Amino acid sequence: MNYLPLTFLAPLLGFVILAFARGRISENLAAIIGVGSVGISALTSLCAGWQFLHALPEGGSTVITLWQWMSVGNFQPNFALHLDALSLTMLGVITGVGFFIHLFASWYMRGDPGFARFFSYMNLFVASMLFLVLGDNLLFLYFGWEGVGLASYLLIGFWYQDPANGAAARKAFVITRVGDTFMAIGLFILYREFGTLNIQELAVLAPAAWPVVNGVGTGLATATALLLLGGAVGKSAQLPLQTWLPDAMAGPTPVSALIHAATMVTAGVYLIARTHAIFELSPFALQCVGTIGAVTLLMAGFIALMQTDIKKILAYSTMSQIGYMFLAEGVGAYAPAVFHLMTHAFFKALLFLSSGSVILAMHHEQDIFKMGNLRKHIPFVYWCMLIGTLALCAFPLTSGFFSKDEILHEAYLSGHHSLWLAGLFGAFLTGIYSFRLIFIVFFGPERWRATSAHHGHADAAHHGLGPKDDPHGAKTLDHHIPLAVLLVMALVGGFIHLPLESVFPAAEHGAEHGPAWIAYLPIPVSFAGMFSSWFLFLKRPDIPAALANGGFSSYIGRFWKSAFGFDWLYDRLFVKPFVWAAEVNRNDFIDWLIGLIPLSLRGANSLVAATQTGNLRWYAFAAGAGACALIAAVALH
Amino acid sequence: MTALHSIPMEHGLLLAAALFSLGLFGLLTRRDMLFMLMSIEIMMNAAALAFVVAGSRWAVPDGQIMFILILTLAAAEASVGLALLIQLYRRFKTLDVDAASTMKG
Repeated sequence: MNYLPLTFLAPLLGFVILAFARGRISENLAAIIGVGSVGISALTSLCAGWQFLHALPEGGSTVITLWQWMSVGNFQPNFALHLDALSLTMLGVITGVGFFIHLFASWYMRGDPGFARFFSYMNLFVASMLFLVLGDNLLFLYFGWEGVGLASYLLIGFWYQDPANGAAARKAFVITRVGDTFMAIGLFILYREFGTLNIQELAVLAPAAWPVVNGVGTGLATATALLLLGGAVGKSAQLPLQTWLPDAMAGPTPVSALIHAATMVTAGVYLIARTHAIFELSPFALQCVGTIGAVTLLMAGFIALMQTDIKKILAYSTMSQIGYMFLAEGVGAYAPAVFHLMTHAFFKALLFLSSGSVILAMHHEQDIFKMGNLRKHIPFVYWCMLIGTLALCAFPLTSGFFSKDEILHEAYLSGHHSLWLAGLFGAFLTGIYSFRLIFIVFFGPERWRATSAHHGHADAAHHGLGPKDDPHGAKTLDHHIPLAVLLVMALVGGFIHLPLESVFPAAEHGAEHGPAWIAYLPIPVSFAGMFSSWFLFLKRPDIPAALANGGFSSYIGRFWKSAFGFDWLYDRLFVKPFVWAAEVNRNDFIDWLIGLIPLSLRGANSLVAATQTGNLRWYAFAAGAGACALIAAVALH
Repeated sequence: MTALHSIPMEHGLLLAAALFSLGLFGLLTRRDMLFMLMSIEIMMNAAALAFVVAGSRWAVPDGQIMFILILTLAAAEASVGLALLIQLYRRFKTLDVDAASTMKG
């Protein structure tokens, strides 16, 4: 176990080398360092996982204390790694999926002027994410939490020459920072109450101090849990802090796959799972977690139905799937939530990487209505996308099936029937929007030919796609291997079983199973979704077109497409007033107020400086007069 | 010793005060640095005299020890002062301290 620090040391070293050698090393060397460091990390985690599972330590976890981080009074957090089934799952996802995404990125980013810069940020991200999941205290976790936020900001704004990308990066950074502030306040409360931020100690101390009486938690427990939830909501793009995730698609596609699908956005799920001891103390906060998850999963499902950008569809789908994980945590089913986190990482990374391949094959076209019939041109990518989508729709025996089924089952058994219904309807929506993507992109007419016809024939060779520029797939191994591995994982990932029960409390309903049809109901529901999708987008594409042109339905459609108007609302509610206040306060009143202090000091200085005449006899007189005054004061007293 | 005993302490102190005031007056009125140094010598001797008078009043040797200390101090002061005086003359070609007021704030 002593080699566990190697998991984050290798990417950290890779980041340092690439950051300092930027522009001085060749693309191949940068790829070897960038991908290799994560490869070392993945191998190390594999060994650590093997060792962990072979000899399950006492209590289900091991702690490796590296050193004392700081010592301020009674506050003495350690720099310690905590390995249990939960962090092992995350470790596997981050380094395993991360390695294949890095490998894919070395194909995807080839020729980009910022190749080495890209891998330095990616390595920084992996290292920070590992800090986040391995930290044994909340301060360490918060350190990684902010580190991934920084890496996310840097990578969303990676192509910084376009101001829109910079704006997207800032948006993501600011909105997640809102959540982080809540989380920081939550940590302050925890430290104030218990004098420690060690997660294991908190799990023992908190239940003793904050008892749940008659199903109602203490006010402080509820406040702390809700503040932590605020951090999770911001990071995981859940309602109401969800608006940054679609914009984050401005980053390169491997970034979307790694950060905004597989790992970072699921950090909120991890946080709640990690601090479940605190959430358990406030049934109200747990209720909030479940409700936020349910509402987000439905809303994101509806929005995804109307998007035309291939990456935005996947982004909303990610939001929706994280909604499932929140829903599961809300009903106390932590293990299924983490299980779904893992399977989601497999199939969503696969979907994003395939979409990256599609985008490159289409010469940087992201609009699905300018694609079509691509299965003839890039069959391998088509199969990857199809398998990923089937897993997303919980097709029986694919990875997503096991996890989503477990979540819905647990939701039903725990008695939260409204959450269960929401999840079920979400499964239907998932079937529609994900197969809409498949049918429009890979079936139907070859729409890119139509667009080139618009430009006229002579122009086609330059702007549109002539027959010579037909979409063609990549033929290199660094493109095929990651997709193939993730494809296999998306298929069989559901059979991976990690001893998560050792980390989480057992479900309250015990071994009860409920009626058998409950367990099988999600299958016909998602099939119904797939069928509706086939009917609407392949068989009768005139129906959605008619709806889009209808009066009321087109209004609803526009409302959905604009993501329920949240951007508009926040713009009116926060951005506009802030800009207005900044305009009013152009002269910066506070700055002027603070400026009075140096102004008065400067005045006093010139006053005193005026007495320094340089005239020696004047000084002597001043000294004499002072002495006289002192003597007079003493004498007269 | 007996002769000193016959003089009251107040007289001795008054003499010292008078000497000190004369020195101070000279310091403030003179512009020539040489005379200012001499005035400072007078003020120091006035202080030293006050020590001797007080020492004899309480019949302890401390007053005379302080006198020797002040004498040493005066010698050191004179040497530094004269060195400054030479520098002043070299730079400004005069001993008038008002000419050397270029360090005013």
